[in-house]
Amino acid sequence: MKNPIENLNKVFDSRIRMGVMSILLVNEGVNFNDLKQMLGVTDGNLASHLTNLEENGYIKVHKGFIGRKTNTTYSISKAGEKAFKEHIEALEHMIRIVK
Amino acid sequence: MEICLSIIYFVFQSTFMDSQHPSLEALQDIKRIMERSSRFISLSGLSGVGAGICALAGAYVAKGWIDGYRSDRVQTGFHQAAADILRIKLVLLALVVLIFALLLCFYFTWRKASRNSLPVWDHTSKKLLVNIIIPLAAGGLFVIGLLYHNEWRFVAPACLVFYGLALVNASKYTLRDIRYLGLLEIAAGLVNMYYADFGLYFWALGFGVLHIIYGLIMWWKYDKAPGAEQ
Repeated sequence: MKNPIENLNKVFDSRIRMGVMSILLVNEGVNFNDLKQMLGVTDGNLASHLTNLEENGYIKVHKGFIGRKTNTTYSISKAGEKAFKEHIEALEHMIRIVK
Repeated sequence: MEICLSIIYFVFQSTFMDSQHPSLEALQDIKRIMERSSRFISLSGLSGVGAGICALAGAYVAKGWIDGYRSDRVQTGFHQAAADILRIKLVLLALVVLIFALLLCFYFTWRKASRNSLPVWDHTSKKLLVNIIIPLAAGGLFVIGLLYHNEWRFVAPACLVFYGLALVNASKYTLRDIRYLGLLEIAAGLVNMYYADFGLYFWALGFGVLHIIYGLIMWWKYDKAPGAEQ
């Protein structure tokens, strides 16, 4: 028997990681502060989730400067886009089974 | 073993949480976050009403000046100086109307954003502004070109068409509804091309009446939440 939730990606179980992926899928290049503001989370919390996504190769990090201040922007990677779309499809699939 | 557990979990979930399935909830969250992060949603309907009232007031003043100029011309004949003064006055009036309309627009939008404790100046409003400015600046330069060539009859149609295109473009970055307002503005401008002598009436219709109607509809649809008015 096929496991109905095997296509769900464990990485996206966390609401914050799911939120980050949702934002990056429709916006190219979002900086740390905008992400923080949109998700309403603390610095440390967001940073650890971003590290996790980066280690999984789902997001790309661009370190830049505006004047002297660091400006780090994040964007979704090809692998991340594929993985997140599969996750969404898996969610949709589960809803169809229930109906 | 793990598979069994997850199936049990799944069955449990689907039996007892049918009304709000976690997958459905997650999908709704994803959709909401995508919307919020890519569109500026604090645009207030009252902004449209304010801009519309400014436009109607401006059109009323302009009508008075133009009528006065025409009756003088009938009585005393054509004077280049009088025509030049009227033109300068009309351009200044248009700028004043534009400034007041923008101020009201920003004020109501700022008020709506602060009531919903959302930021006014974030990357969604920046994107909206850039995408509205590109067609609008092109239109502005085009209209300046028309004035330079003394071609006054097509100023109103050009304003309407470029403004409509700006709204259609901007609708990708804010409330989708302004797309329809944009299409109506474009239509008004195109019809105006064939009735060029009625520019002021079309201008008042497009910038005044359409803004007020659209603003009221938007206000009704998004802003009139219970408890929103203190």
